[in-house]
Amino acid sequence: MTTPVTVDWGAIAKDPRFLQLHRRKTSFLWGMMAASVVYFLMLPIGAAYFQDLFKIKLWGVVNVGLLFALSEFVVTLGIAILYSRKASSDFDVIAAEISADFGNRDGTPSAQRRADREIGA
Amino acid sequence: MSDYRWLTFTVFAVIILITLYVTYLATKRVRSASDFYTAGGGVSGFQNGWAIAGDYLSAASFLGIAGLIALYGYDGFMYSVGFLVAYITVLLLIAEPCRNIGRYTLADILAYRNDPKKTRVVGALSVIAVSTFYLTAQMVGGGVLVKTLIGINYETSVACVGVLMLSYVLFGGMVATTWVQIIKAALLVIASLIIVALVWAPYGFSLPAFLQDIVVDPRVQARVASLLGDPAKNLSAVELGQRFLEPGLYFKAPIDQISLGLALIFGTAGLPHILMRFFTVRTALQARRSVVWAMAIIGGFYLLTLFLGFGAAHAVGPANIAAVDAGGNMAAPLLAQFIGGGPNSLLGNLLLAFVSAVAFATIVAVVAGLVLASASAIAHDLYVGVVRAGQPVTPTGQVRAARIATLVVGALSIAIGIGAKGQNVAVLVGLAFAVAASANFPCVLLTLYWKRCTTGGIVAGMLVGTVAAVGLTLVSPNLTYPKAVKAAAHKVLDGEAAKRSAAVEALASADADVVAKAKRDLAALDKAVAKARADIEKWGAATTSFMGLEEPLIPMKNPGIFSIPLGFLAVLIGSLLSRDRRAEDMWHEVYVRQNTGMLVSKSTAH
Repeated sequence: MTTPVTVDWGAIAKDPRFLQLHRRKTSFLWGMMAASVVYFLMLPIGAAYFQDLFKIKLWGVVNVGLLFALSEFVVTLGIAILYSRKASSDFDVIAAEISADFGNRDGTPSAQRRADREIGA
Repeated sequence: MSDYRWLTFTVFAVIILITLYVTYLATKRVRSASDFYTAGGGVSGFQNGWAIAGDYLSAASFLGIAGLIALYGYDGFMYSVGFLVAYITVLLLIAEPCRNIGRYTLADILAYRNDPKKTRVVGALSVIAVSTFYLTAQMVGGGVLVKTLIGINYETSVACVGVLMLSYVLFGGMVATTWVQIIKAALLVIASLIIVALVWAPYGFSLPAFLQDIVVDPRVQARVASLLGDPAKNLSAVELGQRFLEPGLYFKAPIDQISLGLALIFGTAGLPHILMRFFTVRTALQARRSVVWAMAIIGGFYLLTLFLGFGAAHAVGPANIAAVDAGGNMAAPLLAQFIGGGPNSLLGNLLLAFVSAVAFATIVAVVAGLVLASASAIAHDLYVGVVRAGQPVTPTGQVRAARIATLVVGALSIAIGIGAKGQNVAVLVGLAFAVAASANFPCVLLTLYWKRCTTGGIVAGMLVGTVAAVGLTLVSPNLTYPKAVKAAAHKVLDGEAAKRSAAVEALASADADVVAKAKRDLAALDKAVAKARADIEKWGAATTSFMGLEEPLIPMKNPGIFSIPLGFLAVLIGSLLSRDRRAEDMWHEVYVRQNTGMLVSKSTAH
């Protein structure tokens, strides 16, 4: 059994706070996404077309290619931590405000379970 | 090694008993469909992070990548990087919206604003296709591995993997599967840390000192020389060793590498068994925490593969690793045995048994996740969502449907595993990622983020993405092309006489080293000639591949670079050419919910 929808989604979508959330998330997420894809692709491109550069030894026998591959780990985990911080200090706060004003949060276990039953789980 | 078989069996038995006990505990907690598919949403972000790592770090990555590094050096390590970066896509674009919109399956996300029946059918078919490819590769790989590791025959190995996996999923559903994955991931990390600590400690944990020893290792140098062929003649021994730390020994076509990279970083976000894991946590925040934990564990593990692979090359020798298994899969187990004291020591065999048991647990845990994903597509999407649409299925009926689907999928996977004995299945893992990246990923992404996306676009994207990925793989160099195989075989036979006389001449030399090398050359030559004769006989008069082609139509092994844009294009064109009132009306709801995690209705919470 489904309950009638009482939240006015269209109104939320036009709410200035939601528009702000949308703008901030869009630029952050897609910017980070583009940056990590580009940084990732530099590895196979470098390995294929810039082998002379990748072969330069910097730290004993450790060469540019190895250090670059290792830097991928650092950059990737760095982006993950950066996003997590940004999300909990910024996106989550706005989302919680909107939810509090317009409806509810699926934060409480009992609410989630009850909702599951209503949708027919 | 056979003196210590009891040890291997004991370690296997202990690990299997622990997982079965966990399953027994879980059985009591599985009452509803939500329990069966998503562990009732009661998994924490930290637990789910370990479970994702357990689901993702398949035997292919644990044994396969360590093997690739041991045999090909730097290029093997490049593989590792793609597997980790893939989680950026999952973290930024997929995990949280999927948690907020979906319930049990990938098709739930598609059905939310589109025509539920149509999208459930195409979504479920694509999920089943991806899972079947991946499952077959795991079953065949697992069968071969268990056979090599503990010496039972292939069919029994496949059956063992299948039956054990079925007992987890059938009785314990997602609750048991999650715990098996967590246990397995923890064991995998512990095993790797122990080996790496032992391998690296003698160098005072210095990276350059460790790699310096790889560069000056004569067996590594010999490996590079044999990989490079004639160009190796101008290089000094140390230059050959250094070459092992440089790109280009495994990947020959640059475009192939880029294509594979794209399939990895977008395909992971479309793998149904990974997506399903985000429905086991309650909130978007927990979903985010799961991915960050998973990335830390997966990233840390792949860093260790660098030491596992190079360590095995140095301790065991690339040629010895390739002799046991041509793909290098035995690199990590052999390394474990070596650092424990070798084949005749108790500790060596204990470590070997431990690593083997972890590899076995790995296969079973990954297979369990895949079977659960396809069973949910069949029971939840096709049966409850399409066949019985409009006639609600009782909670008990839903769980029964899920268990029946699990049993069918599990039985089929054992049958396929045994049927595909001896086939080259490596291509299937790449294919699973390619279909996930070209069909599932564009559809899920665009329905969540693009207002104008419609049912027509989703159906087109799923079909075009899947057909493009499968079709291009069928005309790629992955298949066997008899003409090329026979040409290579004839070349070996033509060169035989010259090489043999050169080696025989060298046998008469006074230098012991030269004689030893000549003996090795002769043995290698005999092996190559035997293989060439066998190939010519095997392919007989055949001139074309399975698809009727004399040579591949595309140069790359992974179709991602073509099929991913095709999948996106199909969703775009399909959406722009069709109108879908429901998809438009639901857009605000989807977009607000995916961003805020708000529930469907206020009244449900109070």
